[in-house]
Amino acid sequence: MVAQNVFFSILALLMIASALKVVSTKNIVHAALWLVLVLAGVAGQFLLLGAEFVGVTQILVYIGAVIVLLLFGVMLTKANIGEEENINMPNRAIPAVIATLMFAVMSYSIIDSFRGEKLPKETVTNAATVSDSIFSDFIIPFEAVSVLLLAALIGAVVIARKETA
Amino acid sequence: MIDLLALSPAWWQETFLIKVPIGLLAVLLPAGTIVYLYLFKAISFMQSRLGPMEAGPYGSLQLLAEVGKWIQKEDIFPSKADKFVFAAAPFVVLMSTFLLVVVIPAGPDALFVDLDAGIYFAMAISSVSVIGILMAGWSSANKYSLLGGIRAAGQLIAYELPLILAVVGVVIQAGTMNMQGIVLSQAEGEIFGWGGIGNPFILTQFIGFAIFMIAVQAELTQAPFDMPVAESELVTGYLTEYSGIRFLLFFIGEFASAGVFSAIAAVLFFGGWYVPGIDPANQIFNVIGPLVLAAKMMLIAFLIFWFRFTFPRFREDQLQRLAWKFLIPLSLANIALTGVLKVAA
Repeated sequence: MVAQNVFFSILALLMIASALKVVSTKNIVHAALWLVLVLAGVAGQFLLLGAEFVGVTQILVYIGAVIVLLLFGVMLTKANIGEEENINMPNRAIPAVIATLMFAVMSYSIIDSFRGEKLPKETVTNAATVSDSIFSDFIIPFEAVSVLLLAALIGAVVIARKETA
Repeated sequence: MIDLLALSPAWWQETFLIKVPIGLLAVLLPAGTIVYLYLFKAISFMQSRLGPMEAGPYGSLQLLAEVGKWIQKEDIFPSKADKFVFAAAPFVVLMSTFLLVVVIPAGPDALFVDLDAGIYFAMAISSVSVIGILMAGWSSANKYSLLGGIRAAGQLIAYELPLILAVVGVVIQAGTMNMQGIVLSQAEGEIFGWGGIGNPFILTQFIGFAIFMIAVQAELTQAPFDMPVAESELVTGYLTEYSGIRFLLFFIGEFASAGVFSAIAAVLFFGGWYVPGIDPANQIFNVIGPLVLAAKMMLIAFLIFWFRFTFPRFREDQLQRLAWKFLIPLSLANIALTGVLKVAA
């Protein structure tokens, strides 16, 4: 467990430093690239916890798809090289307050729900266990999420489509 | 493999002294072989010429000469480029290739890591190389490079879906995402009760194999899907500004990932390191397995390069239409059919 704690700290420090760079850098593409490091750190933390499937999904969905789409969108519209002025929000006090509140609520709920509980040593949740629980215990939430995603997809198509009348 | 030598090295010794050098070899050797056999020789024979003949017997040392040339060239940075991103981009692409090779098994014990979700990991890691390509395209401060990068991103997003969906059919049939498990289920499979050659999934998943190879062709941006590097329109796209050793890194990345994807296809559809007639638990596979896998890999890589040399380039809209309107529905139908037959059988 000592090695896990050491690697947790290294990854956590890396993630915090990168997250600060995401909001402080003056270049929008650099911000996205720092975000890659943050998300890769999250994947690493999942792997440290033995949640292999979730960690790999994190890489596939967030780094392989979300960030790529983000970079794609930024580069299609506006992506200058070098520092940009006016990249910071003028009224950034309100989001800062909201982020702090979110952080407080989430840390409280995590600490509260796992109070004193420790992970069993060297547990690896394999993909079969994950799929068994999704398709038996959590089948209703799973179906609800699928319908939600489908609705979002159709909504995107409707918005993007040209009216031909 | 290590057990055979009756050694018990520490974790760091095993990683840095055994696995890392073998991993480098497993990426670079197939890449070099592919470049010499296919890019230098096969294309030359298809075009009725000899190809490189001067360096070494039949030009076999040509690649070493090329590498030497690239290494000694000046490492040029465009003056308006974003220096750090420009310098880092080839490493991101190469890292994704090197991480791919770790999940490919080459024998019962000859493997780097035995991940439970091996093929899923491979698909996830292969999508990271897009970020390197976008970094290269953007940081070059060149319109052609940016266009190439954006084309590459659009193409790779579109073809990632059929690639993963084609793999799902194999995963359903094998009942596992573990690469070793996929090899064993083919080795121990039976065709209508006859187990003579096992059950290579190319027979039952032929549609999946075809979709997989088309998607791989597009993921590797090989012709006919080479719009991101189209030299006649975009002056080789995101590679325009790269020279010297950084171009070499991109070049290695391109051919090494062709080799790695061929090896993945060999594992998924051709039984990986298994050859019929020998019990898959036999220890001899730790020795001949890597060779068998390499032979299957080279055959599949020949398919990739055969297409590359003989097909004209698609247009951008044809490329997108092929992925979204044809390959993805077809692969979904393949998954549904495989699922039904799996439950019925």
